[in-house]
Amino acid sequence: MEFNFIDVLIAFGVVAAVGLLLGVILSLISHFFGVKEDETVKKVRECLPGINCGACGYKGCDDYALALAKGNVKANLCIPGADDVAKQVADILGIEVEKIKDVVAFVHCNGNCNATEKKADYEGLLTCKAVSTLYKSHEACKYSCLGLGDCAKACPNNAICLKDGIAHVDTSRCLGCKVCVATCPKGIISMVPQHTEAVVMCSNKEKGADARKNCTNACIGCKKCEKVCPSGAITVKDNLAVIDYDKCTFCLACLEVCATNCIHKVEFPDLAEPFKPIN
Amino acid sequence: MDFKGLVVILLSSVFVNNYVLSRFLGICPFLGVSKKLNQATGMGIAVTIVMLLATAVTYPIQYFVLNKLGLGYMQTIVFILVIAALVQMLELVLKRFSPSLHQGLGVYLPLITTNCAVLGVAINNVLDGFTFLESIVSSLGCGLGFLLAMVLFSGLRSRIDETDVPKPFKGIALTLIAASFISLAFMGFAGIVDNLFI
Repeated sequence: MEFNFIDVLIAFGVVAAVGLLLGVILSLISHFFGVKEDETVKKVRECLPGINCGACGYKGCDDYALALAKGNVKANLCIPGADDVAKQVADILGIEVEKIKDVVAFVHCNGNCNATEKKADYEGLLTCKAVSTLYKSHEACKYSCLGLGDCAKACPNNAICLKDGIAHVDTSRCLGCKVCVATCPKGIISMVPQHTEAVVMCSNKEKGADARKNCTNACIGCKKCEKVCPSGAITVKDNLAVIDYDKCTFCLACLEVCATNCIHKVEFPDLAEPFKPIN
Repeated sequence: MDFKGLVVILLSSVFVNNYVLSRFLGICPFLGVSKKLNQATGMGIAVTIVMLLATAVTYPIQYFVLNKLGLGYMQTIVFILVIAALVQMLELVLKRFSPSLHQGLGVYLPLITTNCAVLGVAINNVLDGFTFLESIVSSLGCGLGFLLAMVLFSGLRSRIDETDVPKPFKGIALTLIAASFISLAFMGFAGIVDNLFI
């Protein structure tokens, strides 16, 4: 076949023309329609750690940076970033630095081997998710911690250990990332302020007698704590005491009146070495 | 072309010639973004929209520019260029006029820029000699087929995640095996559509 230089030139010209045309159209569109990115958003975003953990309550660091730039959002919500990030962000936005509100995860269950029994022997895939999907629970109490350690496996910092059949969080290791809160199929892990003294170690919403039958450590909803609390921080809702930590003054009056000892002073097992999840 | 023919094109591109499961195009998003149902759906919808737009734009280019100049062989390069630019434009316009839709599709749009399934649809429409309307219907079908494959597969994968899998099969190995099973199942559609209206 004869080599035709003109054909090559035409092909080259067409592709170049198409490319040029598209380039011009694109730049026109981006000039007229483009959304200008806010400089502060960019700066704030650079300060944030960028691990997209979601502990701040937004979808990720980008989302939080956007919310910060819009205003009316506190700069102290980034828990992994701690005080450093809060300070940098507050500097950029020109708002007051607030101390970071440190929260740690807490497992609201004390149904250990002495207090409750298993209603069935479970043999199968050893994850809480499997048990909860198939049978709800193999423990006598249907709100109880299943003790198979999904949270411990999920925890990025090995802060959760299993002891006497229930999960415990080591506060000194907890990053406050809420991964375990999302992982727990029973929904019994929640975040509490780090220096909390009193915690309700139960999630049972059954009536007192039923709850008590299944677990000697259960909250029976007797409302004694609600009455004794001087700051009105405790309310019994659905037969379960709930502490509002914004009001709690850590007077520990509730501890003394609790009939079943389900309100506890926080005791966290000190882990000698990082807990290794069973695989 | 009558209505019957269009239905046949639509159904055959969804089931018989499913781009992922029969023609094995667009495998990367199929394996990459099918872990969760909502992500898979987002990707599927984004691909469908881009396929429709790409066909609508590349068809006139093929027939009114390339064929007129006798440059049919430049198809692939020109189409890649056009589709990539098109997706960029779509992203810019979406960002401006519908930020919420942009947030939903935004992550997936750049992934589609040079997706082989999208290019495949544009080229196959030309190869099959479809008219403009047929091309649009066929690309809609291909997009829906992609969406279907993504949704089915993400369901399967979430079930696989919850089962106890022998170690050699864990992860991508079992995913590929599962994909081949779905693909085999879709082979069962071959021949159905041709005899649909007899």
